[in-house]
Amino acid sequence: MGKRSTWALPYFIFLVLFVVLPLVLIAVYAFQDGNGGFTLRHLAAFFTDPKFVNAFLVSLEVALENTIICILIGYPVAYILADKSLNRSAVTAVLFILPMWINALMRTMATAEIFNWLGIHLGKGTLLFGMAYDYLPFMIYPIYNILDRMDRSYIEAAQDLGATPSQVFLKVTLPLSMPGVLSGVMMVFMPTVSTFAVSEILTNNTIQLFGSVIQEQFYNMMWNQGAALALVMLIIIGITTLIPGNKSAEQEGGLL
Amino acid sequence: MNGKKIIAKAYLWFILLILYAPIIFIAIFSFTKAKSLGNWTGFTFDLYKNLFTGSDSAQSLIEALKSTLIIALIASAVSTVLGTLAAIGIFNLRGRKKATIQFLNNVPLLNPDIITGVSLFLLFVFLHVSKGYVTVILAHITFCTPYVVLNVLPKLSQMNPNIYEAALDLGATPFQALRKVLIPELRPGMISGFIIAFTMSLDDFAVTFFTAGSAGLETLSTYIYADARKGGLTPELKPLMTIIFLIILVGLLIMNLRAVKKSKQNELR
Repeated sequence: MGKRSTWALPYFIFLVLFVVLPLVLIAVYAFQDGNGGFTLRHLAAFFTDPKFVNAFLVSLEVALENTIICILIGYPVAYILADKSLNRSAVTAVLFILPMWINALMRTMATAEIFNWLGIHLGKGTLLFGMAYDYLPFMIYPIYNILDRMDRSYIEAAQDLGATPSQVFLKVTLPLSMPGVLSGVMMVFMPTVSTFAVSEILTNNTIQLFGSVIQEQFYNMMWNQGAALALVMLIIIGITTLIPGNKSAEQEGGLL
Repeated sequence: MNGKKIIAKAYLWFILLILYAPIIFIAIFSFTKAKSLGNWTGFTFDLYKNLFTGSDSAQSLIEALKSTLIIALIASAVSTVLGTLAAIGIFNLRGRKKATIQFLNNVPLLNPDIITGVSLFLLFVFLHVSKGYVTVILAHITFCTPYVVLNVLPKLSQMNPNIYEAALDLGATPFQALRKVLIPELRPGMISGFIIAFTMSLDDFAVTFFTAGSAGLETLSTYIYADARKGGLTPELKPLMTIIFLIILVGLLIMNLRAVKKSKQNELR
């Protein structure tokens, strides 16, 4: 048995080189000025430059709104799909997950084209609509997965004990499906904050999300500033994922 | 009770309609020649013809499509090999080493694309590697392999651990035991890992954007992005999107109908 554990070694070296070292480099570049000296200027700019602060706050706002919209629309969909008395076709579930497999930029471009055709002005509204459109499958899928595998006898037990349908939902189904909602939130919230192309296409570049701002720094050869902003995002991700009881990463694997 | 079912069905179909509206819209207008969408100038297969013959603006689009497929194939194939070996290794590791490598395996999954893209961009700048095919493929392997690992690991724990040892006892070399015993057992996990890796690679934009360099390497995503920045959709993209959509639709439906059939057969037994 002992020897086969060395089979992980190539991947370990690969991870160090292509995951750990690059993340360390973000931190290194974030604290460097153009000539390689140490500086806090780029990191401080995140707090002092209104452009960065605003983009960050707008991103959080949009991501929060998008996540709420996705839960409000997606939860009922997942619930209906998982309820055998309401939906018996496995194909319907596939149809909801299918857009996840189509290139996101293609979908976004198509959405923007529809807005243009309908004569709807591109802005905050179209951004939210397009984002919800892009991320809805990522919210539906994990919730559906949890609800589908849930032990129905809990619900029957609650009913036998005299719970009303709304009590069954609030006290049994909803709490049991929370892990699915949580991993849905993980798959929607941070990606929304960090998208760049999608928000540009959907708002005609009038609303810049944090991802766009980072991308713009690199586009304009200001790598150190870009790295500092990326570092801020990394720290926030680190904090949110280290919250105990978060197991979303493991659930993402089984899309098939 | 019936009313509830009607409302539920209506809700599902309404959301589906909205979800698919843009794709249907694109598909309809792939059969007319007008440049701007929503402008119907008569039914024609011209855009499909252009796409397959590579005439006019379709030339660079086909190049981008080819690059996308080549990158996705190589990246997912390498990921499958690397990830399967890694999964076998991880499965046999214990304690801190196991926890460390599993944690590192989750990092690319949790990182938003832009962080992966930016960090690899800095790595290639730092190592003075010129960006192109190789850097994009390496970057794709980075975010694809974790999916393979996560798909193969459960198959290892479902498998009887003794059969590998039995093969060795019966005189098989470790390589033979791997080929004849382990791989057949792990194949379902490897296949689903490969498929997920392949679609992740096809779908990627941000990581490719940061690692492709400026030597003119375009994938479908970066091509569409460039198109969007210029403000006009290359007309041949419409038939291409329609075809890709149909391939995915048919593929997924076949796969799922098969799964349904299988589970029904099992129920009957």
